[in-house]
Amino acid sequence: MSHARISTNILERTSAELPAQPAVILRNVAKTFPGGIAAVVALSLTIPKAEFLAILGPSGCGKSTLLRMIAGLETPTAGIIEQPHPRVAFVFQDSHLLPWRSVLRNVALPLELRGEARQRCEDQAKLSIDQVGLTDFTHRYPAELSGGMRMRVSLARALVTNPDLLLLDEPFAALDEITRTELDEQLRQLWIARKMTVVFVTHSIGEAAFLANRAVVLSARPAKIALDTNIELGLQRVNALRGEPAYAEVTQRLLLALEAGASRP
Amino acid sequence: MTRLFRDIFPPVVVLLAVIAATELTVARGWIAPYLVPRPTQILAATVENARELFTATASTTTAAMAGFLLSACVGVSLAIVLSAGGWVQRAFYPYAVFFQTVPIIAIAPLLVIWFGFDARAVIASSFIVSVFPVIANTLTGLRSTDPALRDLFRLYGAGPVASLCKLRIPFAAPSIFTGLRVAAGLAVIGTIVGEFIVGTGLGGLIVVARREQRVDKVFAILLLSAALGIVLFTLVNTAGRLVMRRWHASEIE
Repeated sequence: MSHARISTNILERTSAELPAQPAVILRNVAKTFPGGIAAVVALSLTIPKAEFLAILGPSGCGKSTLLRMIAGLETPTAGIIEQPHPRVAFVFQDSHLLPWRSVLRNVALPLELRGEARQRCEDQAKLSIDQVGLTDFTHRYPAELSGGMRMRVSLARALVTNPDLLLLDEPFAALDEITRTELDEQLRQLWIARKMTVVFVTHSIGEAAFLANRAVVLSARPAKIALDTNIELGLQRVNALRGEPAYAEVTQRLLLALEAGASRP
Repeated sequence: MTRLFRDIFPPVVVLLAVIAATELTVARGWIAPYLVPRPTQILAATVENARELFTATASTTTAAMAGFLLSACVGVSLAIVLSAGGWVQRAFYPYAVFFQTVPIIAIAPLLVIWFGFDARAVIASSFIVSVFPVIANTLTGLRSTDPALRDLFRLYGAGPVASLCKLRIPFAAPSIFTGLRVAAGLAVIGTIVGEFIVGTGLGGLIVVARREQRVDKVFAILLLSAALGIVLFTLVNTAGRLVMRRWHASEIE
């Protein structure tokens, strides 16, 4: 219990140091696909810098579309997205590595595409690989790795550019429970170390509660915000947290909002 | 070692059995020797005409290789241009299909008129027969690039050239090799057909041997050209393995 209190203090101090500047602002954003399917309708959301935001919603509610719009991979049909970051990284649902490249060269890819010198690309990539704990696998190929390791390579590839904004689209959904909780912990640690803005799309309530400082629950399509809540579970979070009453309270709150949103006509 | 044994042993047994059965059937007079010669007779004919057959095989090999390489280069380049999609593809793809549908035996005489009785006509014939599978497979490969990876490249500001060289072509490699494997066999066929008309190489020898009623020699040449096709196919296959050896879990062990 005392441990939790100390953590909260750290969190308060950290947020006090940070400027309250927003990282991303969405104003009345809407997206209608050709054929008339409305994925998102008039959604407004402000994401402050260095926040870990989880976007939670039922399958097919438009949360991926929302993330893709923030990344600039889709353009909204109405509304404005202010996202001034030159360095955005995106992690997909599967690792999506290039099978013909080694771990090192996969991770170096973003820098290479930006025209950085080869030596610098590799040095940076090695640091990034080290950060996700795959140093021993630097020269392996994706086919030689397990699913969890591949996802970590994907994470390293996203981190290599030192992004200000990291967007993740259900990144660990395809992994088994143990690997998944491991990666959750690792991602949380990376966020604490890097102080970047993270937007994490998921349909897992437990994952959202464990990872995020703030959760936005979306309703069924077209996506609207059903709940926008802070998650105050401390800065340092370990797996044991998943058994604590405070955690159960958060997941309960998220579950209720999710259920209410899903039943919307 | 055991694996090599496991892979090599069964086909060798089949081959020996077929040779023994043919030898026996023909020797017993169940099949007339002017229809199917005895395997030992084919071997004798091969040894007897070794010099002539060697020269012809060398010339056919050169032409088939040239035709195949031409198909590979032109086919892949053409597919890259066609993969731009839109009007380019709509305008030119039907003419690529032309290579697939044109009866080579009918167009070969025309090639002789264009290029004369020399290797160029043979290479052209080999090329026409083998280019389409390369175009079609490469195009399929280039069009099936993982959309998430395309997004990734876009996100990191990759230009069209970087996307082509670092993503689309490597991604299409398995399809390209499928096309090349098919083309390898077809290039030999196209070469032989061209040589029928031009009169050089193994194809030219077949025409002569047939006229002389030397069925044993015809068989010797047939087997040589089949072997040539297999060698070319194996070369392409090995090249593909080497290029993609670390891609698939199945290729590792």
